[in-house]
Amino acid sequence: MSNVAIHVEHLSKKYRLGQRQSDSKYRTLSESLLEWVSAPWRRLSRKDHRPSENIIWALKDISFDVQQGEVMGIIGRNGAGKSTLLKILSRITEPTAGSVDLYGRVGSLLEVGTGFHPELTGRENIYLNGAILGMKRTEIERKFDEIVDFAEVERFIDTPVKHYSSGMYLRLAFAVAAHLEPDILLVDEVLAVGDAQFQKKCLGKMGQVAQQGRTVLFVSHNLAAISSMCKTIIVLESGRLKLKGPTAQAIDYYQSTLNAQEDESNDFLPRSAARFRNPMIAPDHQAETSIQSGEPFSACIDLIVGKEFVGYDLFCILMDSLGNIVVHAHTDNRSFHHALAPGALKVKVSFPSLWLKPGLYSLHFKLIGAALDGEKIRLLSDHVPLSVSGEAAGEALLGVLTPPLQWAIHTTD
Amino acid sequence: MQLNTFHSEARLTIEIISPHKQEKTHLHIEATQGWVALRLQELWEYRELLYFLTWRDIKVRYKQTVFGVAWAVIQPFFTMIVFSLFFGKLAKVPSDDLPYPIFSYAALLPWNLFASSLGQSANSLVNSANLIKKIYFPRLVIPLSSVLSGTVDFAIAFTILLGMMIYYGIRPTSTVWLLPFFLLLTLITALGVGVWLSALNVEFRDVRYVVPFLIQFWLFATPVAYPSSLLTGGWRILYGLNPMTGVVEGFRWALLGTQPPSAMLGVSAFISLAIFVSGVLYFRRMEKGFADLV
Repeated sequence: MSNVAIHVEHLSKKYRLGQRQSDSKYRTLSESLLEWVSAPWRRLSRKDHRPSENIIWALKDISFDVQQGEVMGIIGRNGAGKSTLLKILSRITEPTAGSVDLYGRVGSLLEVGTGFHPELTGRENIYLNGAILGMKRTEIERKFDEIVDFAEVERFIDTPVKHYSSGMYLRLAFAVAAHLEPDILLVDEVLAVGDAQFQKKCLGKMGQVAQQGRTVLFVSHNLAAISSMCKTIIVLESGRLKLKGPTAQAIDYYQSTLNAQEDESNDFLPRSAARFRNPMIAPDHQAETSIQSGEPFSACIDLIVGKEFVGYDLFCILMDSLGNIVVHAHTDNRSFHHALAPGALKVKVSFPSLWLKPGLYSLHFKLIGAALDGEKIRLLSDHVPLSVSGEAAGEALLGVLTPPLQWAIHTTD
Repeated sequence: MQLNTFHSEARLTIEIISPHKQEKTHLHIEATQGWVALRLQELWEYRELLYFLTWRDIKVRYKQTVFGVAWAVIQPFFTMIVFSLFFGKLAKVPSDDLPYPIFSYAALLPWNLFASSLGQSANSLVNSANLIKKIYFPRLVIPLSSVLSGTVDFAIAFTILLGMMIYYGIRPTSTVWLLPFFLLLTLITALGVGVWLSALNVEFRDVRYVVPFLIQFWLFATPVAYPSSLLTGGWRILYGLNPMTGVVEGFRWALLGTQPPSAMLGVSAFISLAIFVSGVLYFRRMEKGFADLV
């Protein structure tokens, strides 16, 4: 057990629904008094006065271990309990049941720039924010130049941060946080802010932290970021731990649940407007289709149109297993001027040889349209898995395509 | 591979963590029930945060104000003038044989410290919601820092008192060394009440509206504009149930040589300690829910 950095055992966290809704988050004294006065009465009139629907288990019986030096990712949909888990681990809120053991100094980064004060200068905010994150003053002094350098704000270090651009502000905020040196680092979605270059810089720093042998627990929606940093991933679903496994497997699983979710969302759409049916990859009529890397294939779908459309656009989208879009094609660049009459349509998209890297892909259709009665329609089809096989030419680990290339190398004379 | 390219762009040297790190700290997290330990040692570990938050409050307080730090003086000074006019001159309120201005100013000093600290600390948790939801630290640091930041105003306003003492030719008494004790008692009272209210404020936002009333009523219930010598015997001791009575009369006694508050002070000190201890206990008990409620 000596190598375990984080040990989580049967962790659960319960919220009363009232506590979570922003409007009725806190009670007023009079409400509380009223409740207190009327409680005996209500108990008489109805037996269970606090129905179980009012309770949400943000986390339910979660157990896992993180080894020292391991970089673990946590993924899951909104409300799956990721942030609650990090909040418990960083002691911001208490669990309802279960326990956590943390071995080492813990630093948590649930937000960049926590406690930044707009009236204070960059220099002052570095000290303040450092202290808030748990750094000692001597530690901040030692790293001060490095932080300023990383943030690229040397010239403005004695200017109140309210005059900073949002980019400078973020860079400074992240720079302080990035120089925290805990044994265990808990990070939540910090990279969701800032421009691409900033995100890249943050990622680089995070990767560096990971390489120093620190234990990192990393929550993100950015699957690319998470898969490049983490070897192991935990998938949370409605507060339960669904899977803990190697990155590729976990991301695969997560995406399959994501797709299922999108199907559910179709149920809310008016069935009458339009409907997708039987998406498949030809020629196979099976649920899962396998092709060779260089093999042409086509995708088909039935579209049942229930109303008159004044304009529409149809998309065919191919994604890799990390959720990166490989192909995002649509019917016509000038479209949206095409009317569509009610009836059943067959759609077929023929792909040439794409030379996709062997692996699992997923294909789906999307319809965007405007009906005659003014209704806007956005419709997604089911995902069809596409498994591409073939030997990865030269074991190409990087890139998306593995076309069969001809190399010609000659001497010049 | 992707990471390597990032590293070069981050242009930061990779630090090697020293192999002889101090022994691993172990932290166990579990649901707590009912009353919990005070963990004052942990509060001590976070003293630098307390320092920086206090420093921030002081630094930010008078930014973007025209008169700046002068406000620390303007407030008690003009209150003193108004009191002297209406209570001293017109209503002829007795002032223990002292000039009324210095009589009221000596009481306004601790009173203002108390009132502003109380007001600040009662709202402190709600105002720091953003911190509380994002990072862990002993939450007591927040009301504590807002009480401590009030002492700077007190120190500035105190210089005026010294000037007035010279002006009126009043020598410090032999009990002036007790002044820090009374200052401490002011802070403990303010913190005690502030901790109660700040924790209640998290759950019941009514508190925000109660505080100004409370401060107003409390001012009239405290011998700031009038002397406690208006009461005699057993009534004086009963009057000590208002902890600020002991504090204010203590200040006058130590600085201006009025009659010693004796038994009344004892009652006040006891009450203020009781409020403080119960407040901290209540705060610690409610603390775990702050992040979910605030």
